[in-house]
Amino acid sequence: MKITAGGVVAAEWTKFSTLRSTWLTTGISVLLLIAFGAIASASFSGGGLTSVDLALSGSVLAALSVGVLGVLLGASEYTTGMIRATLAAVPRRLPVLWSKSLVAGAAAFVTMTAGAFAAFAVGSAVLNDRVAGIGLGDEGVVRALLGAGLYLGLVAVLGVALGVLVRSSAGAIAILAGALLVVPGLAPLLPDSISDAITPYLPSNAGGAVMALTHTDGSLAPWAGLAVFAGYVVVTLAAAAYRLKKTDA
Amino acid sequence: MIQVREVTKRYGAKTVVDRLSFTAQPGQVTGFLGPNGAGKSTTMRMIVGLDAPTSGDVLVNGKPYVSSKAPLHEIGVLLEAKAVHPGRTAVSHLLALARTHGIARSRVDEVLDLAGLSAVAHKRVGAFSLGMGQRLGIAAALLGDPAVVMLDEPVNGLDPEGVLWVRNLLTGLAAQGRTVMLSSHLMSEVSLIADHLVIVGRGKLLADTSVADFVTTEGVRVVTAAPDELRALIARPGVTVTSTGAEELLVAGVSAREIGLAAATRGIPLFELTPQNSSLEEAFMDLTRDAVEYEAAR
Repeated sequence: MKITAGGVVAAEWTKFSTLRSTWLTTGISVLLLIAFGAIASASFSGGGLTSVDLALSGSVLAALSVGVLGVLLGASEYTTGMIRATLAAVPRRLPVLWSKSLVAGAAAFVTMTAGAFAAFAVGSAVLNDRVAGIGLGDEGVVRALLGAGLYLGLVAVLGVALGVLVRSSAGAIAILAGALLVVPGLAPLLPDSISDAITPYLPSNAGGAVMALTHTDGSLAPWAGLAVFAGYVVVTLAAAAYRLKKTDA
Repeated sequence: MIQVREVTKRYGAKTVVDRLSFTAQPGQVTGFLGPNGAGKSTTMRMIVGLDAPTSGDVLVNGKPYVSSKAPLHEIGVLLEAKAVHPGRTAVSHLLALARTHGIARSRVDEVLDLAGLSAVAHKRVGAFSLGMGQRLGIAAALLGDPAVVMLDEPVNGLDPEGVLWVRNLLTGLAAQGRTVMLSSHLMSEVSLIADHLVIVGRGKLLADTSVADFVTTEGVRVVTAAPDELRALIARPGVTVTSTGAEELLVAGVSAREIGLAAATRGIPLFELTPQNSSLEEAFMDLTRDAVEYEAAR
């Protein structure tokens, strides 16, 4: 009998998979992704957006939803008091954060990638006549769909990190929603020169770049965008790790 | 074995645990007693590394808990506040803890059975009564077959049958050579189980004694017209005199006969001279009433 890295991951998977709320939130995230993609694909008749862009139009809400999944996983340890049992079993503490992030990230990546491909399939089937359909073989399509899964996986990790950092579901969800939804809306209020310079680097814009098929001047290249978003996640994780290690549970 | 060494815990200006030292020995049940707010829970949290001491250190089986390779095998704990997600079933909760150490599923069923929870193993913990929650906490504490079992207020919320179960369980664990420590704010609960007592008040150690010695350290109640004079008369090393009222003294270390004779030689009037045969409960109350009432004889 010994504590192992694999054991801590298995324990976190057990915690993840034995809560009804986990399955509910994951299901809702997939549903949002597919439903919004289908609605947008069927109804949009303008120009400038490809069928992939339309199929992934649910990604904003799905991001919020998987982010909440991550937050609940992290913050519920504190709101329920489970953290005492968790850390008494794993007194080194940090393996818990890494394992939780891995489990949430991997689960979100797998389900959301599947969701993105499903959204593309459904969206293509119901696509509005005025938008040209494209296939999986076309340039950038697989990258965009896989990118959506990667981005949403990272959002789940961001949620875990925020939950462990803030230790309150409501607080962490507010920060998450603020970072992903509110901040991009506020940037245009700044003077144009500043706004243009920072807008591509805002979390949701940077992460969104990997899902976009068409790139304008005001956005980062796909993988560069994802890398910037991963940077935000790493910084938040580091802050969560510091608080977890240094303060009383 | 649990060794608490000169441990202090401060939250801002408030000192919750103040240079506390004691050892819980293997093969014994150590009762950790003190009024509410005496720092018991904080001390127990520091033992398993949930809180970091401001100064001093704690060893579990001779080493810091954090460095343990198999923490659940070293010490099993039940902490006073619930440490369970209410949405999880009892068996899932234990399984999650077991997996960190690669503990077999069969052991989970074993401790559930031991705690009498087999019938509700697949019920969500949120629906558990306080007593069932305590049983689950004790099951979790035993999961890793630990050398040390430490329970914070384990009989809280248990019915009489449950209290008896805990009592037999803990004495059984100690008989197997394990270190058992339980906290309580009620002497009556602990005196039936414990071999050794560690009593704290306001974070300070008040007594570290065997249960047998704790009762015999009781003294003689003296009511006299001249308490100061009598105090000076009987003072010597090994004698403790405590002022319990304007004319009352509680004297330990001298027999009633000696006090009476000493008073007679000086003509000090005595109104009462009563050997105290107080219960453990009373002794505990006296001890914890106010830590600053104590004064060593010169």
